[in-house]
Amino acid sequence: MTMRRSLFLIPPLLALLAAPGHADTPGGVQAKNKAVDGEKVYKQICAACHMPNAMGSGGGTIPALAKDKKLADPAYPITIVMKGKGAMPPMSEILSTAQVAAVITYVRTHFGNSYPQPVTEADVKRIAKPGRSME
Amino acid sequence: MENSTQPSRRQLLSLIGKMGGAAAMYQAMTALGHAAETQFDGPPVLSGAKPGASVVVLGAGLAGMVAAYELEKAGYQVKLLEFQDRPGGRNYTLRGGDIFTESDGTVQKVQFAPGNYINPGPWRIPHHHNCLLHYCRQFGVALEPFIQLNHNGFIHSSEAFGGKPQRYKAVATDFRGHTSELLAKAANAKALDGSVSAEDKEKLLEALRHWGVLDDNMAYTSSVAVSAQRGYDRPPGGGVEGAPSPSQIAKLGDVLDPQVWTAMSFYFNYVMQTTMFQPVGGMDMIGKAFAGQVGKLITYNAKVTKVAQNGKGVTVSYKDVPSGKMNSVSADWCVCTIPLSIISQVEMQVGPKLAAAMKAVPYAGQLKMGLEFKRRFWEEDDNIYGGHSFTDQPIAQLSYPNDRFFSNGPAVLLGAFARDAGAFELTGMTPQERIEAALAQGEIFHPQYRKEFMNGVSVPWSRVPWILGCTSRWSEENRAAHYQNLVAIDGRVVLAGEHASYYGGWMEGSLLSGIDAITRIHQRTQAA
Repeated sequence: MTMRRSLFLIPPLLALLAAPGHADTPGGVQAKNKAVDGEKVYKQICAACHMPNAMGSGGGTIPALAKDKKLADPAYPITIVMKGKGAMPPMSEILSTAQVAAVITYVRTHFGNSYPQPVTEADVKRIAKPGRSME
Repeated sequence: MENSTQPSRRQLLSLIGKMGGAAAMYQAMTALGHAAETQFDGPPVLSGAKPGASVVVLGAGLAGMVAAYELEKAGYQVKLLEFQDRPGGRNYTLRGGDIFTESDGTVQKVQFAPGNYINPGPWRIPHHHNCLLHYCRQFGVALEPFIQLNHNGFIHSSEAFGGKPQRYKAVATDFRGHTSELLAKAANAKALDGSVSAEDKEKLLEALRHWGVLDDNMAYTSSVAVSAQRGYDRPPGGGVEGAPSPSQIAKLGDVLDPQVWTAMSFYFNYVMQTTMFQPVGGMDMIGKAFAGQVGKLITYNAKVTKVAQNGKGVTVSYKDVPSGKMNSVSADWCVCTIPLSIISQVEMQVGPKLAAAMKAVPYAGQLKMGLEFKRRFWEEDDNIYGGHSFTDQPIAQLSYPNDRFFSNGPAVLLGAFARDAGAFELTGMTPQERIEAALAQGEIFHPQYRKEFMNGVSVPWSRVPWILGCTSRWSEENRAAHYQNLVAIDGRVVLAGEHASYYGGWMEGSLLSGIDAITRIHQRTQAA
């Protein structure tokens, strides 16, 4: 039931991208994982490209998140996670703002990063407001 | 019968083509009621190349190889640099004995029996991708049907039908029946009287009765007539017990699950409509056929490290990967088909607009898995011959082999074609964990899975070292801001590839983009 309702709340952009539309993609819809658990979200989403040890891959082409001084200002990871950067797609399509806050908090306190101030859902909403330019 | 003294349509078009050029022919074809299927109107005509004019092409995928092939045919001096030790790029097939190494060094060795394979990248060809089909014809690549819509495939949603997989034909019929009944009710309750004339209302009700297989009361109910579409409890037979018995229709609430109607609408897509094709023996037959034409021009294991240009030409620096030795090649022009996920991080002397465009395009990170089983239980036990089953689990879909039906011995099915969150989740696992996940999710469709499983391989595109992604994924917003800058000639450099097309992720897009890029270069050289 919740899934059905959430379908109508999908912003139009997501609907476009998720639809099989033009690309050669799988059909059907996916169940959404709504767990707000930073470690879990890291493993299920981020680790695919940034790797389980957050060291990145491709000789730096996908950057490491371990010991990353750029994480000091939460606005930087929030903007990139929500809006994407380069080949990285915007994660706002598949993660809730609560999940984004949780996973950024997790990365900022693990992998040799120690920025203990938690990132909140309100931070994510404020910084990644629609229309706010990424540049 | 056609009058033999009249020119055939083909002869007429050929004549128009000769007199008026490709554009006139295309216009005429459209007027005669065909074409309009693709922007392809025949291979490029690059006549009168200047002697000694040279082009270096980066990337021996389909975009690069079609560019090299047509340029060389036109008289250009062509060199092609390729990072891998094989041609084709994403046009690629894995067979038994092949090694697949992920970006973190994880190695999988494919254990499939001889003749079995998976196509980790492109795997199906729409009947209207005329450019690709043109080159397949020209190079003698044998094609066979790719079974796309299989009415006997399964639909699975964890939120409907008690989590039990349903046959496509059953739920598609039920969706049509239930929605027809509702619309008929609305019409009969005069709810549509402001929108339809009395005459159209009668026509609509008549259409709904037949389209939705409604009964005399305009209700969608279980019956032999409905079963003739959705399938029977006991199908028709012969003799004494020949009479069929009807199956039970599903409830409206289950049928409205998005998994049902998205599976139906999937096949409405222009690029997903039947007829579709695949090369006999694996998708890489196409890449190999191109390499048969341009292989002598390719330098393999060449990692491009820099693209420099001045007003007169281009110099590309590259590393021979095995030896680590640096080399360079110079040419008048450069056609760069390296994926944006990689080339955007290589030093390239290009203007700020192209540089920004190269960094503006996200890549999808799909994942495919090939699972080999001892026998074709999906055919033998479940009457599924090719086509797909869909699920809302991370594996997203199963696809059954489209070749060698009814054969004995091991066969490979596509055990996952995951996208978005599901693909990331599977990618983040080890190869062994991915297999376990695919078995656990797939056995919901086929309880035979565990007993018949032999081995499997997973290809997570986010961890494919030479692309770190699967396909470009333009948004409308990005296109408006960057697409024209991405495809524009920048001095002596032009980009090509699926990312430089409106057919992202399709081989047709790669080819059309390659042809368009070299056609524009040729026009520039002619104008100079």
